[in-house]
This record gives sequence, structure tokens and C-alpha cells, in this order.
Amino acid sequence: MMASMIFVISFLALLQFFVSYTRSLIAESREHELSEQTREICGFTARTARADHFPRLLQLIDLCPENGGDGFKMRAVTVYFRMLSLASRLFRWLMVPSATGWIDSERGSCAYAAAVALDRRIAYNRTIMAQQAGQ
Amino acid sequence: MLDPVHYGIWLVVVTAEIFSLACMIRGKALAEHFTILLYLCACLASEFGAHAVLTTSGYNSDAYYYFFFYSKSVLTICLYFVLMGLYSHVFSEMGAGKYIRAGAALILAGTAGISYYMVATSSEKLVTHFAVELDQNLYFVGVILTYLLWFAMSRLRENRTRVTQLVLSMGVYVSLSAGSYAINNLYPLLDRFWEYYFPITSMWLPLSWAYTFLKVPADTRLATAKVLAPTP
Repeated sequence: MMASMIFVISFLALLQFFVSYTRSLIAESREHELSEQTREICGFTARTARADHFPRLLQLIDLCPENGGDGFKMRAVTVYFRMLSLASRLFRWLMVPSATGWIDSERGSCAYAAAVALDRRIAYNRTIMAQQAGQ
Repeated sequence: MLDPVHYGIWLVVVTAEIFSLACMIRGKALAEHFTILLYLCACLASEFGAHAVLTTSGYNSDAYYYFFFYSKSVLTICLYFVLMGLYSHVFSEMGAGKYIRAGAALILAGTAGISYYMVATSSEKLVTHFAVELDQNLYFVGVILTYLLWFAMSRLRENRTRVTQLVLSMGVYVSLSAGSYAINNLYPLLDRFWEYYFPITSMWLPLSWAYTFLKVPADTRLATAKVLAPTP
């Protein structure tokens, strides 16, 4: 009985802590403005991103060498995005439209964070290439 | 002897802990977060101790079983020191540090006492069962303390990004561990699963700390309101 209660409370706390932790990782990306080139690659027109861009962005990120340890952040954001996708399907099935609106905007934030990671990796690789060309 | 999978997991965990230490040094956070340094050193000592027990006694031995659960209990107590360090950071401006330390010591002693009473009055009276129950309860008290800290931070409008991320990653780890030990307590026969699961989940704290010290400068600010999930 005690163990079951601890499990349920811990699971709910885990959800809340993980959501807040990932939002703290994503919040930093919101301040970053994407370069024109990255917007073109991603197909973005403004500072907002659509959730359905996320899988493609992940594929593009995988093509670029890592920029000093942002892999951990992208893994956490990917887990959060998948959790949100699952919750979105569940709320659509339960027919709760107010929740799906918030979930879609969160999934868009995940896509924007992925675009920022891609932007930084592209900039990093360009710098490396420029350094190599200069040598 | 260790098989390649166990050895690989052990090596990855040790590498993550050393990497986290290196990131702390690079982020110039050793003095500011001394309790985290203490915890990482205790983790490394525990990993090397586990390796020594495994190579001499093997995974299915009583020696490893005792070592694993009791070293986990000691590490959980070290984790309390980390949590108290974070409390001190958040409440430093209010001069409440010594009350927090006294309160934490009382809670820790109370949890150990209640856990011992629960097992002592049960019919089985297994010392190993006490260890699992103690870990489960210690982590659960950790969940409550971390939640209270996070609640206080949101009320006090704490905006240091490093402290926010350290508290939230701690919350993820203690709630994941408390839930896992509760399941382990309910279904103790899943031994093969837990021997892979616990070492893998123990990497969360070193990796999240490494990210925070490496990528988040000490003076970065982030309002907690931006992090709290709004009600849909």
C-alpha cells in the first residue's frame, strides 16, 4: 500500500519536474534569432516553428557534427516532444480541444529549440571550415 | 567476472561522473557547489568499490547485493547534502541556512527511524529488505523536500538559471528513483531488469549537471514563470 502510494506520487512529481526542466532548456532557445539560411533550410518564415518540422530537424541535426555538448539537451527535448505527441493523441481521443492547443504550442517550441541547435551547429561547422581553409 | 555489457555500463557511468567533475572545474563552480563535488566523489568511490566487489564475488552474490543497496543509502544521504546546499543557495539572502540544516538532519533521522520501525515490525525482518525500504523512503523524502524547494523558488521569484536547472534535475532524479524503488519493493523478482536499470538511471544527475555547468553561465537569469507549465 505504502509502496504503491509512493510510486503514484513520485510518478506525478517526475512528470512535473521533467516538464519544467525541459522548459528551462527550451526557454534559453527562445532568445536566439535564427539565421536567414537556417530559416530557409527549415522552411520557417517567422520566429515560430511548426511541430511537424521537428522530425526533419532532428534528421538535419544528426547530419551536423555536435557543437560542444548540446546532444544532452536535444535528447531531453526529443523525449519531451514524444511525450507531448502522446498526450496530444490522448486529448484528441478524449476530445479536450483546450489542452491540444497548449500542447501544439509546446511542440512548436520544441521544434524551434531544434532549429536553434541546428543553427548553432551550422555556424560552428562554418567556423571550423573557415579555420581549416585559412591554414 | 564482469560480462561485457555490465563492464560497458560501469565504464559509461564512471566516464559520465568524471566528465561532470571536469565540467564543474571548467565552469568554476567547485567552491559554490561544494556539496555536488562531494556527491560526485562519493559516486566515484562507490563505482570503484562496486567494481572491486563484482570482480571478486560476481553479480549474483550476497556481497554485491549488500554493497549495492548500502552504498546507495550512503549516496542518498550525500544527495541530501546536495539538496541542503541548494536550499542554502535559494535562502542565502534570508539568513536561514542553519535552520535548514537542522531541519534536514531531523527529517533524515526521522525517515531512517520510520523505515527501521516498518521493517522491524514486519514478519520477514530481512536486513536487505530494510535497505530497499530505506532507499525508497529516503528518495521519497527527497521528492518532498525538492518539491518544497521548487515551490519556494517559484514564490520567491528565484531567477538564477543554474540553480533552477540544478533543482529541477534533482527533482527528476529523486522522483524517478523513489518510483523505481517503490516498484522494486512491489516486484522484487525482476532482478535482471534492475541490475541494468539502476546504473543507467544513475547517469542522469552527472549528465544534467555537466550540461548546466558547461552550457549555462553563472550569471544567466531565467524567470521561473517561464518554466512553470501553465494550466491548459
